[in-house]
Amino acid sequence: MEFDTIAAISTPMGEGAIAIVRLSGDEAVAIADKIFKSPNHKRLNEVASHTIHYGHLIDPKTDEVVEEVMLSLMRGPKTFTREDVVEINCHGGIVSVNRVLQLVLQYGARLAEPGEFTKRAFLNGRIDLSQAEAVMDLIRAKTDRAMNVALGQMDGKLSRLIMSLRQALLETLAQVEVNIDYPEYDDVEEMTIPVLLEKCGWVREEIIKLLQTSSQGKILREGLSTVILGRPNVGKSSLLNSLVQENKAIVTDIAGTTRDIIEEYVNVRGVPLRLVDTAGIRETEDIVERIGVERSREALKDADLILLVLNYGEALTIEDERLFETIQAMDYIVVVNKTDIERKIDLNRVHELAGKHRVVTTSLLKEEGVMELEEAIAALFFEGQVEANDLTYVSNARHIALLHQAQQVIEDALAAAEAGVPVDMIQIDVTRTWEILGEIIGDTVQESLINQLFSQFCLGK
Amino acid sequence: MSLQYEAGNFDVIVVGAGHAGVESAYAAAKMGAKTLMLTINLDMIAFMPCNPSVGGPAKGIVVREIDALGGLMGRIIDKTHIQMRMLNTGKGPAVRALRAQADKFQYQHEMKRVLEEEPNLQIHQAMVDELIVEDGEVKGVITQVGAIYRAPAVIITSGTFLRGEIILGNLKYSSGPNNQQPSIKLADNLKELGFDLIRFKTGTPPRVNNRTIDYSKTEIQPGDDVPRAFSFETTEYIMDQLPCWLTYTTEETHRTIEENLHLSPMFSGMIKGTGPRYCPSIEDKVTRFSDKPRHQIFLEPEGRNTREVYVQGLSTSLPEHVQKKLLSSIPGLENAEMMRAGYAIEYDSVIPTQLWPTLETKKIQGLYTAGQINGTSGYEEAAGQGLMAGMNAAAKVLGREEIILDRSDAYIGVLIDDLVTKGTNEPYRLLTSRAEYRLLLRHDNADLRLTEVGYKAGMISEERYAKFQLKKAKIEQEVARLREVIIKPNSTTQEVIRSAGGAELKDGIRGADLLKRTEMTYDLVASLTPSEIELSDDIKEQIEIQLKYEGYIQKALQQVEKMKKLENKKIPENIDYDAISSLATEARMKLKSVRPLSIAQASRISGVNPADVSILLVYIEQGKIAKVSTN
Repeated sequence: MEFDTIAAISTPMGEGAIAIVRLSGDEAVAIADKIFKSPNHKRLNEVASHTIHYGHLIDPKTDEVVEEVMLSLMRGPKTFTREDVVEINCHGGIVSVNRVLQLVLQYGARLAEPGEFTKRAFLNGRIDLSQAEAVMDLIRAKTDRAMNVALGQMDGKLSRLIMSLRQALLETLAQVEVNIDYPEYDDVEEMTIPVLLEKCGWVREEIIKLLQTSSQGKILREGLSTVILGRPNVGKSSLLNSLVQENKAIVTDIAGTTRDIIEEYVNVRGVPLRLVDTAGIRETEDIVERIGVERSREALKDADLILLVLNYGEALTIEDERLFETIQAMDYIVVVNKTDIERKIDLNRVHELAGKHRVVTTSLLKEEGVMELEEAIAALFFEGQVEANDLTYVSNARHIALLHQAQQVIEDALAAAEAGVPVDMIQIDVTRTWEILGEIIGDTVQESLINQLFSQFCLGK
Repeated sequence: MSLQYEAGNFDVIVVGAGHAGVESAYAAAKMGAKTLMLTINLDMIAFMPCNPSVGGPAKGIVVREIDALGGLMGRIIDKTHIQMRMLNTGKGPAVRALRAQADKFQYQHEMKRVLEEEPNLQIHQAMVDELIVEDGEVKGVITQVGAIYRAPAVIITSGTFLRGEIILGNLKYSSGPNNQQPSIKLADNLKELGFDLIRFKTGTPPRVNNRTIDYSKTEIQPGDDVPRAFSFETTEYIMDQLPCWLTYTTEETHRTIEENLHLSPMFSGMIKGTGPRYCPSIEDKVTRFSDKPRHQIFLEPEGRNTREVYVQGLSTSLPEHVQKKLLSSIPGLENAEMMRAGYAIEYDSVIPTQLWPTLETKKIQGLYTAGQINGTSGYEEAAGQGLMAGMNAAAKVLGREEIILDRSDAYIGVLIDDLVTKGTNEPYRLLTSRAEYRLLLRHDNADLRLTEVGYKAGMISEERYAKFQLKKAKIEQEVARLREVIIKPNSTTQEVIRSAGGAELKDGIRGADLLKRTEMTYDLVASLTPSEIELSDDIKEQIEIQLKYEGYIQKALQQVEKMKKLENKKIPENIDYDAISSLATEARMKLKSVRPLSIAQASRISGVNPADVSILLVYIEQGKIAKVSTN
């Protein structure tokens, strides 16, 4: 069919051990092929239809591994939409599935409108005529709900920033346009390439900044990735349990079968934490050696916060000191647990190693010190927030995808301006940037340029 | 009422002979319809009641399009201008536009002469009071004197005449432009027939005698000294040109306006119609942009055989004595004798969403409206609509296919689509920024875009068409050659590139790729690899633009391709929007009123959101599937 390729998360958010991102359209296989790496180097455009493949999703730009996936490939017309369909089975949880979605959006898919898969199924003759009414109702209902959700998600600061970027672009465009439509008008500064470069350069910088903060936005929505670290038997599981018991778990992911890591979502004094407990890994192994294991390194690399647990009743070991070394560049809190037994640890040495980082003593057995720990976590986050407050968060996959597009297009405009392309050609890309930013806040009325033109300049005969 | 009599039967009747009317009448006649053009005053055919100029950004391209389709405006202005200038030459090719200063009297005379020569066209002086309508179909018109003219198609091009009222200071009187007879009964008749009308306002500045202008205090604005023309057929060029002159308002001008603002009908509330923002009166400019110390005033001759000069920039409805004071405050015009005062005019327009994209009214079959009556302003906008209405009326009567230009085909397509899809709440003017595909809608390629359409309709002669085909073939041949030919980095090549300010070649390069460099022109590339065929300047220009901006053009074409898919999804005329319960209420109301012909048009209606478009698509597809299954 003549449709472009759409993508969406097809499983409910936050539930289940796996999640599915679905692609449908002419380019579905090609897009998946760009980002899929199978261990035996098979190419998706060569594999048989209705087959399933194990491999990794990589970001071709950075060669970074994004996810470990099972990918089902089904060519049309024997699919739900009668188009080529690729379903990417990835790990459950908001983070992983969102990353997969963003990746496919970045490499050519468009985020599906509400009800669009069903609409295509219908338009391509897959769904029976009697269901047409249901399809229309579905589109309506989903759109209304999506709209409410989108409005709820739209942070006031983000929309204000986008609006100010659009306004800057609009003023630039108006100045380009006024020179075109009123060439003899003496009052307007000719929109020169240097001016255009400056204005568009600024917009590009702001977009890049927004994209950089998007990971921080993710923290607010998806939780601060928190790793509990420590030698065996220091009380890591107890710490996890007591944090979970004290605080209502938001989402619980069952221990994965492919990953020996347990994730728990908890809300600690308003700070959302995604607790990653390495305790799931076989306790008997030497912890320091285990740090060497790729998987745990990964968990540490992605962590926003480390809770390093030490044993109050034991002297510091070489392993403990090496753990301090490993996490020295990261945000961490030291938890000295088991104050219920006799002290053997050198607390001065602990403070020395921790430097400016907080040290909290607890007895998880007696439920002592947990309050202090929670306060320490909240303080760390909210103190960090003082800075972060000035930033705007972008957290929605659709917004991030649109921002990436906007960045791409404004880069084109800037490159053209530097190459000496006439201003009215560059305008095409500037206008497109303005439109894309408008899609983020749901406003792309063309008439506003003409309004800007006549309010900004005194024109006419 | 006077005694009625049968005055004759026609295929198409055109009411009005302004810029829309003349194109309508000519097109209908040219296509073979027996045509009658009625006008209140035969001496006012193609009269320019406001500025003596044709063209400019966007509008100039419309004139080229009219010419490519076989219309008149370009041909006539080429013969009757006093100067011509290409605007925006320093910018990209998409926005270049030609503008002519007209000898407005010669323009009228030449237009009248050409129309009088047209065998299928009868011209008659008469005021139309009433339309004959039976069973929702137009059957003819009745004039003030009771003459009944019958025709299955009628085009109304009444400009600002419908219940026209001139306003000057505290004076308001019933009148057409320039004190002509207004058309009142026809306006009442349209209302009775159920049309929704809207009141608009426009205005014009005073005129002065050039004998009394001190040009030494102004700046000269000459025309271009290279031959230029709107029409693709023009071969003779007017090189004897008259200049325009530039001066400015002063602090005194602004003070005078402020002191007399209470006398302005704009501010006293006497003017109720909505005026165009892009054509504001001087009192509007001074009050809205009070920090601007001066405004430009262009002095434009109204013709070769008159001393009257149009004072562009001083449009006003202030009382006559204040206008005189304003003039005397402007350098060069201190002693200028005012020959006519400026004035504002209010008039009725038909809300254009009541029209199909053919400009036929939805209410009454066979009835068309074109030009200012549809809420536009500008001679070129009027002429473009007139041409399309004339062609479509003739096509309907002669049983041929309707002619609708897409937004990607022509500025005329943008104009008509905007009007019938979005309507307008102020007099509508074309701007280049209204055209999303303006890179495709250029001055230089109007013939390539539209000659085929004009030829198919019977508007283009065989001789002209053959010439066009030859031009097209030459362009294609040379573009294909440049894509193939490889230019070697020898000393001649490097020298040419170096002297043009470019970086030397490291390797051989295809001609087309070399032309893409900013510093290169077609002539420079051709000096390294001469064409095997002789090419005229306009062909060379075409090749240069097509290759140089290929990347951008391709991007635009891809967008067009996407939109075309939706344009091709037609909405059945008898669709019942009330039966589609999932549509949002606002969308349903808008769809019912606009009745779009395609999904693409529906998507352009404000208030119809993507979900509604999706629902519409599903609903229409359901209808198709239903048909297939019953079969």
